[in-house]
Amino acid sequence: MAGVLLADAQNLSVLDPAGPPAESIRGLFVLVSAITFGIFLLVEGVLIYSLVTGRRRAGPTDPEPPQVYGSKPIEIAWTAGPALVVFVLILLVGRVIWEIQPNPDRPPPGAEPLRVTVVGHQWWWEYRYESYNGRELGFVTANELHIPTGEVGTPRPVYLTLQSADVCHSFWVPRLGGKTDLLPGRTNQMWIQTDEPGVYLGQCAEYCGTQHAHMLLRVVAEPPAAFEKWLAAEAAPAADDPAGRAGKAEFLSLSCVNCHTIRGTTARGTFGPDLTHLMARQTLAAGTTPNSPADLRRWVNNPQQAKPGCLMPAFALTDRNLTLAVDYLETLR
Amino acid sequence: MATAEIEPAALPAAESRPPWTAVLHEWVVTVDHKKIGILYVLMAVGFILVAGAAAVMMRLQLWAPNLALVPPTTFNQFFTLHGTTMVFFVGMPLLIGIANFAVPLMIGARDMAFPRLNAFGFWATLFGGLLVYFSLVVPGGPPTIGWFAYAPLTENSFARGPGVDCWALGLIVSGLGTTTAAINFIVTILSLRCPGMTLRKVPFFVWVMFWTSVQILVVMPPLTAALTMLEFDRQLGAHFFDTQAGGSAYLWQHLFWFFGHPEVYILVLPAFGMISEVVPVFSRKVLFGYEFMAAATAAIAFISLGVWAHHMFAVGMSRALDLFFAAASMLVSIPTGIKLFNWLATVYGGKLVLKSPMLFALGFLSMFVIGGLTGIILACAPVDLQVTDTYFVVGHFHWVLIGGTVFGIFSAIHYWYPKATGRMLSERLAKWQFWLLFLGFILTFAPMHVAGILGMPRRIYTYGPGRGWELWNQLATLGALLQAPSYLIFAYNIVTSLWKGKVAGDDPWDAWTLEWATTSPPPAYNFAVVPTVKSRRPLWDLKHPDDPDWKYE
Repeated sequence: MAGVLLADAQNLSVLDPAGPPAESIRGLFVLVSAITFGIFLLVEGVLIYSLVTGRRRAGPTDPEPPQVYGSKPIEIAWTAGPALVVFVLILLVGRVIWEIQPNPDRPPPGAEPLRVTVVGHQWWWEYRYESYNGRELGFVTANELHIPTGEVGTPRPVYLTLQSADVCHSFWVPRLGGKTDLLPGRTNQMWIQTDEPGVYLGQCAEYCGTQHAHMLLRVVAEPPAAFEKWLAAEAAPAADDPAGRAGKAEFLSLSCVNCHTIRGTTARGTFGPDLTHLMARQTLAAGTTPNSPADLRRWVNNPQQAKPGCLMPAFALTDRNLTLAVDYLETLR
Repeated sequence: MATAEIEPAALPAAESRPPWTAVLHEWVVTVDHKKIGILYVLMAVGFILVAGAAAVMMRLQLWAPNLALVPPTTFNQFFTLHGTTMVFFVGMPLLIGIANFAVPLMIGARDMAFPRLNAFGFWATLFGGLLVYFSLVVPGGPPTIGWFAYAPLTENSFARGPGVDCWALGLIVSGLGTTTAAINFIVTILSLRCPGMTLRKVPFFVWVMFWTSVQILVVMPPLTAALTMLEFDRQLGAHFFDTQAGGSAYLWQHLFWFFGHPEVYILVLPAFGMISEVVPVFSRKVLFGYEFMAAATAAIAFISLGVWAHHMFAVGMSRALDLFFAAASMLVSIPTGIKLFNWLATVYGGKLVLKSPMLFALGFLSMFVIGGLTGIILACAPVDLQVTDTYFVVGHFHWVLIGGTVFGIFSAIHYWYPKATGRMLSERLAKWQFWLLFLGFILTFAPMHVAGILGMPRRIYTYGPGRGWELWNQLATLGALLQAPSYLIFAYNIVTSLWKGKVAGDDPWDAWTLEWATTSPPPAYNFAVVPTVKSRRPLWDLKHPDDPDWKYE
């Protein structure tokens, strides 16, 4: 149920960047905010001064104040001044636009790039891991993006290729960079990178239908060794745990297989998230609920309760079927 | 200069009033620009209450994390209707309506150039609005697409009910009305000015309405075309935006924003004009730098046609396009700055009369600048990548549309109500309305900027706890509750002042433009004798024969 959402304090501030593109943007943001704040103080200052003195002057019997029709030098001054500010700002903006542009074909020297194709779906994320440091990967996972952290001399940029399976979405993890949209029929590129291990949250930032609010992003940045371990685990086929055998047979006979893939089994649907290593994820339903046994059972029983309008129907499984299916899913580590 | 020399229209005694059916008939068939203007305003007041109620419901739903007060689909319908209504059936009708009332009077004309077309424009706008709201009773209900309706959410695959069709057809119909209004303003201003009023001597509001109309004429057809293409997709099996069959989501965004960005200038330029009438009269000074203001208006009208893709920095255009649209967007701030500085220079050294029109004008001057400055922040393409589609943007454009457009409109309505009805609005209620709006508006929309910087996207019906968004949402909701009564007070004031208000007289503000030379309310023919003018402030010349304006202009 949505009420039991993850209660850990989460930081998504664009002013607290953890990677190069987000840092460049923060610099520009702070600078332009300072300039505009200066203009704000000036304008409000003049307004308040005119207001106070104008009130003091007012009186019903007084004659009209002197009529001043305008002044060419003053007009030129307050045209040229702002024009100069705008010119400088345009130069600064140009520099940052070039700084944050992804450059997947020319990674920086010494870099070990990770390449992932992100496909937006109503209302979850598909991740196709393409290659890491030149090594082909070729597995698919969902909703939680794992990336390696870099270190001095070895940056580990992550190049995301963004596509959409249905409507427009937008990939946005504020501490790692600005957002880039996923448009059906177009392919976009994006670049994120960090040296600090941790979980970075975000969510879809382009309205995409009923459950736009529950299309959350979770990026797990881990040191290279831990990341390699995760890669190896994800690339392997699904576990064939004896504890889940009975449930497996039952699961594969249910309509779940029409939409979900579990690698190494006959479940090959692609409409919903890949479940091969479901238990390796911290959350369910694109961050809607924590991935606990109780939540998983509630979710499979009736997805419409936690995420009303989502595209997974409630299948009205019998208690026995539900238990077997969930038992099996629990073995997919 | 000749002023009307007819008897002030005495208010008919109760027993001599015509039956209500006759009154209704008269208002329905009227082609009088003043009555049509008032009809536009009344229509907008009705819609603002509906769309405002939707806004309050959304704010209540966002009061705390994971509330289930408004279900997701209903929430999405609310923000779609709220945005569409406020832009098309509140903002534009108010501005067009007020201009409809004021422009012919200000240029000494007897009516608009095409009175019947004028009536058509109003009824098309009204019925377009009703068609959009007809979606309330169709299967599936109102659309859940947001006011900019990004494809392919609007296609049959994702929106199966007729709600989107009601929306698109309603906007086509009301767009026709808006276009005819623009044509009417252009022709009226070009050809019906009274003797002596050259184009360089029109009141500033008239000049602004001319350029607004030019903008409407340029950008409405692309919107109509895009909506028609959408209906071709939905009803006739075309694939313009149907991405499943090779259509383009990107195309819709360009077409929509080519209309959508100039639209916000269409919504704010007339408010600039209103402020430019009110600030001089209540500062008792002539408008500072009229020629530069006039040039700045034309500059805004032109430049704003080339900035639309600043809504699309995150779409993945090229670096060169990003830079172009960032630069163009920042250029708009130069003429806008010129205007602001000229208003300040008009207030400076004046003798301020703090009546209700001036209160709202000062609200405009103090608040619009903030929306303009956050606009400069958003024009910085890389910064936009972070804060676009977040509550920062929601805060920004409400700051412009309420801090700018709504304060300007309230200023204008308080200014011209005595002329339109012959009665003064209650100053006491107006002050309540102003302060509730001013404080409630700041409290609603300032915290939204913070929520956006903290990573809160717009258009989410709920959010999880622990992200640091709760406080800002609660402040915004409190602000909305503080703001809401101000609109009710306004509605109450404009209705009850019809019989409770003090009798206004012809010229209650001691103002300077032609509309104050005739009676309040003006007769159907406006002026018994068409006036002749020598300057931009004919009534100033009349009141100060020793020191007339035409000596200086």
